[in-house]
Amino acid sequence: MLKLKVNEIDVEVEEGLTVLQACEKAGIEIPRFCYHEKLSIAGNCRMCLVEIEKSPKPVASCAMPATEGMNIKTNTEFVEKARKGVMEFLLANHPLDCPVCDQGGECDLQDQSMFYGVDKSRYKENKREVSEKNMGPLIKTQMTRCIHCTRCVRFATEIAGVPEIGAIGRGEEMQITTYLEQSMESELSANVVDLCPVGALTSKPYVFEARPWELKKTESIDVMDAVGTNIRVDTYGWEVKRILPRINEDINEEWISDKTRYACDGLLNQRLDTPYIKYNGKFEKASWNEVFNIIKSKLKNVDKDKICGIAGDLVNMETLYIFKEFFNKTLGSYNIESRTDHSYLNPEKRENYLFNSKINGIEEADFIFMVGSNPRYEATILNARIRKAYLQNKTKIVSFNNIGELTYPYESLDGDIENIKKIIENNHEISNMIKNAKKPLIIFGQSSLKSESAKYIFESIKTFLEKNEKISKEWNSLNIISKNASTVGSFDLGVYKTEDGSNEVLKNLENHVFEIVYLLGVDNLKLEKKNEFIIYQGSHGDKGAEIADIILPGAAYTEQNGYFTNLEGKLQKAYKASYPPEEAKEDWLIINELAEVMNHRKLFNDKDELDSSMLNQINLFIEKNNSIKSSNLENLEFKQEILKIDIEDYYYSNAIARASKTMLECKNAKINLKLTGTEG
Amino acid sequence: MSLRKPSKEQPESFKFNSSSLEAAKTIVAKYPKDKQQSAVMALLYIVQKQNNNWIPLAAMKYIGKFLDMPYIKVYEVATFYTMYNLAPVGKHFIQICTTTPCMIRGAYKLVEACKEKISDNENELSKDKNCSWTEVECLGACVNAPMMQINDEYYEDLDKEKTIKILNTILNGKTPKPGSYRGRTNNEPENNRKTLMDLKNA
Ligand code: SF4
Ligand code: FES
Ligand code: FES
Repeated sequence: MLKLKVNEIDVEVEEGLTVLQACEKAGIEIPRFCYHEKLSIAGNCRMCLVEIEKSPKPVASCAMPATEGMNIKTNTEFVEKARKGVMEFLLANHPLDCPVCDQGGECDLQDQSMFYGVDKSRYKENKREVSEKNMGPLIKTQMTRCIHCTRCVRFATEIAGVPEIGAIGRGEEMQITTYLEQSMESELSANVVDLCPVGALTSKPYVFEARPWELKKTESIDVMDAVGTNIRVDTYGWEVKRILPRINEDINEEWISDKTRYACDGLLNQRLDTPYIKYNGKFEKASWNEVFNIIKSKLKNVDKDKICGIAGDLVNMETLYIFKEFFNKTLGSYNIESRTDHSYLNPEKRENYLFNSKINGIEEADFIFMVGSNPRYEATILNARIRKAYLQNKTKIVSFNNIGELTYPYESLDGDIENIKKIIENNHEISNMIKNAKKPLIIFGQSSLKSESAKYIFESIKTFLEKNEKISKEWNSLNIISKNASTVGSFDLGVYKTEDGSNEVLKNLENHVFEIVYLLGVDNLKLEKKNEFIIYQGSHGDKGAEIADIILPGAAYTEQNGYFTNLEGKLQKAYKASYPPEEAKEDWLIINELAEVMNHRKLFNDKDELDSSMLNQINLFIEKNNSIKSSNLENLEFKQEILKIDIEDYYYSNAIARASKTMLECKNAKINLKLTGTEG
Repeated sequence: MSLRKPSKEQPESFKFNSSSLEAAKTIVAKYPKDKQQSAVMALLYIVQKQNNNWIPLAAMKYIGKFLDMPYIKVYEVATFYTMYNLAPVGKHFIQICTTTPCMIRGAYKLVEACKEKISDNENELSKDKNCSWTEVECLGACVNAPMMQINDEYYEDLDKEKTIKILNTILNGKTPKPGSYRGRTNNEPENNRKTLMDLKNA
């Protein structure tokens, strides 16, 4: 601990902090532009100047290590003059275009010049002008406004792992640009918009949409992947205008992926705003009463074993719970499932479907082995954490398959399942690497759980890890990257049906056993429809609605309160920022009302009752001991196979993203990049 | 000074020839492992030498790969230092110092000479496409002002006629003698040294 003084206040700080951090500890704010907690220190804006006793010149506090006995002053005339001077230089070339700048109202330069600047300019010379740069479909540039803090450069190099932005030229002619002006090849690129302290980099899809003070801000949870990124949803009336990150050190730190941020314009398009019934292959508008009565008569006339329900990728837990209650209690059916592919699930223990080491834990890992996973696309934010771990500890990373460019170097095996056999029989170098590592991290992706040998891969590696004591209270090296926001929640609530880990409902569905299929927000199911009567409940007119006979318009994740459990098993709540369009209703309400029509009794009196009942249930479900018996696991069959990695269409992975124009542009930009081949 | 843009016309590819490769390897070997990036400036200079005094983009990519560093970082360095030429210049590249000491001693007369003999504007090729000239800042030979640099050689103590003579020699395809054009040895006084006589190499 170091003892020092800030403005005559005594403070004690840990060693290794900078003067700026020490001042913050003392509760004193230091203005800054280039310094950012999550990036390396550049020390080039000079806004953070302070006075330190015995130093004749002002000192850049962000780059100066704190030392014992320092006497720091931030409220002297000397400091004030220094700040004013720096401010004046920064503004010398900065255009006075705040009225037409999207950053206005949340601009660091604007705020700090109000606070620390002077109200007049002495600069009579011509201002410089810098041409706009092409940075792809997400980032609008207005480089005349740039103050050369290089935050964007450092973000691209350090966090995103795509060193494509740089500062060229020097002095007054310095410019920020991407290499030969092309869009950044990163799924995190738009975070530079938040980082840029001025209006040089702003959001292209949000251009001139609204002023920050006009927007209603709601804290929420993202559903584009299973990470559970913390977000803030900004709405103007019904419209979701933009999505911004919220800091959560355990999950997303300060970043969100481009999909999280920009799929939100999909919330405006292709919405289902009224119930529909299909007559002779054509959809016609209907009233809620009509559709409920048709559903009732259909359901009453079919044997309950011929009914199944499938829950989709973006459904919140309340809805999953009432969906299950509706099937079990109202219909007396147990044919419900949340997996829309034939992936393997062993729900015996909760650890079998969680990311047990926790996202935070990645930083502690000393060896990472990925089996059938491409975290860059499956969980972008988690991938950023792996990169962080790599940068901090040079963690060794091995992938079972070659999965192309990640944002860090890794070694890869050839994907032959034979290798798994060798590993568990201690016949492979990986075996030793796992054994010798104190905190190994084994990551299973969807591709491995979907393969034919899924059971073998998962169970045998798990047994291997258990044998070598890599699954213990202190460290659980078993990690699964769940596919969707709803995945862990639905497993926790028991929305699956399985004896041996396979997807029985889906198998039966494919064999056309069911007569009525209730799709709850399911848009990623490949289904060849025969004679089934399909009820679709969801928010978007996408693949699910296309094949439906009846459409129940539901709400999107920004339009209802709802719980989600992320891939590490953390329960988080998304809050209602907007409301469902026109006739559409919140999802739980639809099912509750349907139950009332069926049985003249609601399942729950109100949302509160549903919530508390669900939260009680989770605790009961979590350590359940059902289905797969250990005896099933004894003679695991080995099958010769090459593990294939499913390349998901990243920008098109769910109904909201598919309805988004911005996502389409991203997709096209990426394709163009590949075609011109300029990246290599 | 304005931002120097890379030339619009760029060669498709670039490769070190064997002597450049040799030189590059010697330089890279001077740095510790994993710190080979530090050789970037020297390598850019080698490129410039091999490639008629300018650095094409393809060469920056080449160096990026050679040193295992991102292209943009090479690009940053190349645009930062004015002595890297990003667009073609003459095979004979004439740099005239116009910083204060040289200017006072008549550097602009040399500029005039260049305008007459080579081209009206800076960085423009001469009629035979072999020469171009540019104004630069102090080249560190102020004692022998005014001066100019042609490729690797310094020509000092000049005036307009002497410059024209030198340029003529070059235009005729011959190499003029470098050094002082008033008969000085390095920067010793005219008519030889008057002090430190007992030292041989003072
Ligand atoms: S563009 Fe913005 S973030 Fe990047 S250097 Fe300029 S001011 Fe900083
Ligand atoms: S914040 Fe310290 S120099 Fe920019
Ligand atoms: S001023 Fe011309 S060489 Fe120094």
